[in-house]
Amino acid sequence: MKKEVEQAFRSALEQYEQQIERTTARFPERRDVFYSTSKAEVKRLYTPIDVEEIDPLEDIGLPGSYPFTRGVQPTMYRGRLWTMRMYAGFATAEESNKRYKFLLQQGQNGLSVAFDLPTQIGYDSDHVLAEGEVGKVGVAIDSLKDMETLFDGIPLDKVSTSMTINAPASILLAMYIAVAQKQGVSKDKLRGTIQNDILKEYIARGTYIFPTAPSMRLITDIFAYCSKEVPSWNTISISGYHIREAGSTATQEVGFTLANGIAYVEAALAAGLDIDSFAPRLSFFFNAHNDLLEEVAKFRAARRLWARIMKERFGAKNPKSMMMKFHTQTGGSTLTAQQTENNIVRVAIQTLAAVLGGTQSLHTNSKDEALALPTEQSVQTALRTQQIVAYESGIANTVDPLAGSYYIEAKTNQIEEEAMDYISRIDDMGGAPRAIDAGFIQREIMDAAYQYQLDIEKGDNIVVGVNKYQVKEPSPSGLLRVDLSVGDKQKEQLKALRAERDNQAVERALEKLRAVCRSDENVMPVIIEAVKTYATLGEITDVMRDVFGEYRQSVII
Amino acid sequence: MDRGKRWRERRRIAKMITAVENALPGHEQILQEIYKKTGNAYVIGITGPPGAGKSSLTDALARGYIEKGLRVGVIAIDPTSPFSGGSILGDRIRMNELSTHPQMFIRSMGTRGQLGGLSAATHSAVMILDACGADVLFIETVGVGQSEIEIVKLADTVLMVMVPGLGDDIQAMKAGIMEIGDVFAVNKKDLPGADKTKIELEAMLSFLPPKEWRPPVCMVSAMYKEGLEELEVAISEHRKFQADHGRLEQRRMRNAQEALLAILRDKMVLRVKSDDRYEELLQRMMEKTIDPYEAARQLMEGLDSCSED
Amino acid sequence: MQRPIRVLVAKPGLDGHDRGAKVIARAFRDAGMEVIYTGLRQTPEQIVAAAIQEDVEVVAVSILSGAHSTLLPRIKELLKEENADDMLFVAGGVIPDDDIAFLKEKGVAAVFTPGTPTTLAVEFIREHVKR
Repeated sequence: MKKEVEQAFRSALEQYEQQIERTTARFPERRDVFYSTSKAEVKRLYTPIDVEEIDPLEDIGLPGSYPFTRGVQPTMYRGRLWTMRMYAGFATAEESNKRYKFLLQQGQNGLSVAFDLPTQIGYDSDHVLAEGEVGKVGVAIDSLKDMETLFDGIPLDKVSTSMTINAPASILLAMYIAVAQKQGVSKDKLRGTIQNDILKEYIARGTYIFPTAPSMRLITDIFAYCSKEVPSWNTISISGYHIREAGSTATQEVGFTLANGIAYVEAALAAGLDIDSFAPRLSFFFNAHNDLLEEVAKFRAARRLWARIMKERFGAKNPKSMMMKFHTQTGGSTLTAQQTENNIVRVAIQTLAAVLGGTQSLHTNSKDEALALPTEQSVQTALRTQQIVAYESGIANTVDPLAGSYYIEAKTNQIEEEAMDYISRIDDMGGAPRAIDAGFIQREIMDAAYQYQLDIEKGDNIVVGVNKYQVKEPSPSGLLRVDLSVGDKQKEQLKALRAERDNQAVERALEKLRAVCRSDENVMPVIIEAVKTYATLGEITDVMRDVFGEYRQSVII
Repeated sequence: MDRGKRWRERRRIAKMITAVENALPGHEQILQEIYKKTGNAYVIGITGPPGAGKSSLTDALARGYIEKGLRVGVIAIDPTSPFSGGSILGDRIRMNELSTHPQMFIRSMGTRGQLGGLSAATHSAVMILDACGADVLFIETVGVGQSEIEIVKLADTVLMVMVPGLGDDIQAMKAGIMEIGDVFAVNKKDLPGADKTKIELEAMLSFLPPKEWRPPVCMVSAMYKEGLEELEVAISEHRKFQADHGRLEQRRMRNAQEALLAILRDKMVLRVKSDDRYEELLQRMMEKTIDPYEAARQLMEGLDSCSED
Repeated sequence: MQRPIRVLVAKPGLDGHDRGAKVIARAFRDAGMEVIYTGLRQTPEQIVAAAIQEDVEVVAVSILSGAHSTLLPRIKELLKEENADDMLFVAGGVIPDDDIAFLKEKGVAAVFTPGTPTTLAVEFIREHVKR
């Protein structure tokens, strides 16, 4: 601010403060202290003084340029809207295939595959631990055959596919590549993402298989393989979504996610990869939570912090290595089982947060998700929410519209600082894997989660329909049910598969896999060979379990 | 009834432990019946700082004993909150697969407001598992506070588990704590600094007053199953040493005394607290019209003249 | 000290979302209960073995993956086989109302769905535990 203007402003501010004292003496504010969802204090007013240290070029900058605070592309949504990518998949490959075709028809432009728990944990549908779980939270994939059914009639050179798969990511990616080959689509045409983020599994999501070191090896093998063979593929989606869902604050979401990102980068560098060869394909996955303004600041802070880390800490030269591209999902844990119509409103607000925050792709939850997997109708509404925001709200017509807001810029700074603080502490512990072993990250999250629950029960945190404005409701009806026969169907198909395929070829491929796992050769080629023999997911994972061992969970409550 | 058969009656064993832990009616008879049958189990106390991997190491060692055909019991003790009276007992998690093994019995216990020292309940639980067939018993405590020292009064061998990266914590560990260790294990030996930890430990041990038994320092990894045989050997060597020098008898005598004192302590406190004058004397202490020694003397008199109820 | 209620909090099946289980475990602890937490990926056999050895009065399972109709009745069956039918058996998580009647028939005493305050679960246990 100009000097004279500043003087005048400061004195006006003093008068305002005095006025506040008088006003609040007669009309106290609703609370003594106001907090964001993340228990960060929110001041009454933010002014130019809160942002006077900020350099409009160095700190905020311009979209498409370092440090990318305002977005990773120069034109952002004016050039192309974010990808509307709805996570889907349940029961069998056939039914999921139908749902994908429906969504593509309805205007969705990317596929997002949800796998069932046995698949995510490397168990075939006939494994004893798979009992009752087959097809429940996603599609059951036991072998390449199921994968072929899943993408039947869907041209893999025309869609981009995101697969939420972590511990066995190498195997599912291998299957995707094999399906594409059968369609006549070469690897270099494939576009998509695999989540492939094992550290957050240990922290918050639980679908781990192997211990840390071999898991990191599998991840860096995928980085190396794809950088040469599948160059348009995003090899990891470093996730904060689940960390937030587990109860963390916004700053923890950024701090812990980026700490994990740092661990992956360090692992890749240790494996001999050049930073600019894999970093451009790293992507992130965040949560869009309730506190609209805090969330927007969070996304901007994350982008800037990652850019700075990549440039200053890791010496990346290619600007693409410094750009944080991310997918967002609206926060599932914010949805209520009571008065589910209200969830549509929550999701709309969260959509605004993600879009104003500059996300590259977005999944919006359906209103019935606190109860079951969504019906076709409710998924449609969730998709329409994105489309209405895109075409009717105007917020996609100018880039990073909230920039310059005193609150948003001050908050962006604050989140960046606090996240960096967490990263430093984790560095001191020897990095994210060690911090996870020590339980530090889990404990922080658990404390935040518990505090959140206490605040709700005390009434400090209002959740409309749950602890305020409750109504007596009839039981919800029309929910999606996945029936148990899915498990039986899959089991039968497995039997048939094992009878039809060339079991000797399977044996040979698995032996080759075992040898490669023991060596330091890249596993991807031999996994692709194995899936082509129709070796099952469970058979392949069992070989790996044998060589790598299994992860033992830590207990942090 | 043979020990193997008794071991299989898990519900019965579990209920006996509950009865003595809560002084339920009939608990004294339970102890009377089983006490004669104790003395067969070898008790290994495991202690060390949080995060050292005690539970994982217990699990790894237990597997070894189970494979040899032995029956293994584990009592895992975690602190009870002094405020709420509740606790979260999570040590079982590390021993998940073994928990269904017929040779294994795992019981979690909270310290339950025991002011220093292990509770009478812990002593009794050890006796019950011993009498009901345990060949080896692991008692696991959190290595902070009094219970880690007290464990020596209950165990035949005390295994102290350390972990690299705790750095100054070895220096900071009070000598008293180090003295109780019969065998030391540096767990997570794959981590950087493991050798340094071993050297620091050995240095610290050399400063302690010399004993006939020189505690060995074993490098182990519970996760990767390394160094476990050496550790088992160290434990059995300690056992042999004690047997050869009559130490085991001495030790068990001392442990028996501890058990007796613990039970006496519990009973006395209970009796005293139910004395009518207890609250009144406390009040007078607050008003400074009586000092704690006088109050205690008066309550003791009350005990003498009290008859058995 | 008053005799605390002993509760087993378990996560059966492959579901890895443990925020709810951990929050309820803390809530039980703060209410003065002794909580034995089993961790993830428990088979019904492991849950029942733990319940027996720990001689708990309550078995509380948290499940969000939809596998409740298979896993919960199985746990109850095993408890019955071990003569531990008197243990209070409760469940929490993403369980549709339609399934609750079925589960209650199978011996689940209460199902706590999303949004239930922890105090309700605590009260229910205090009122219904067999003492």
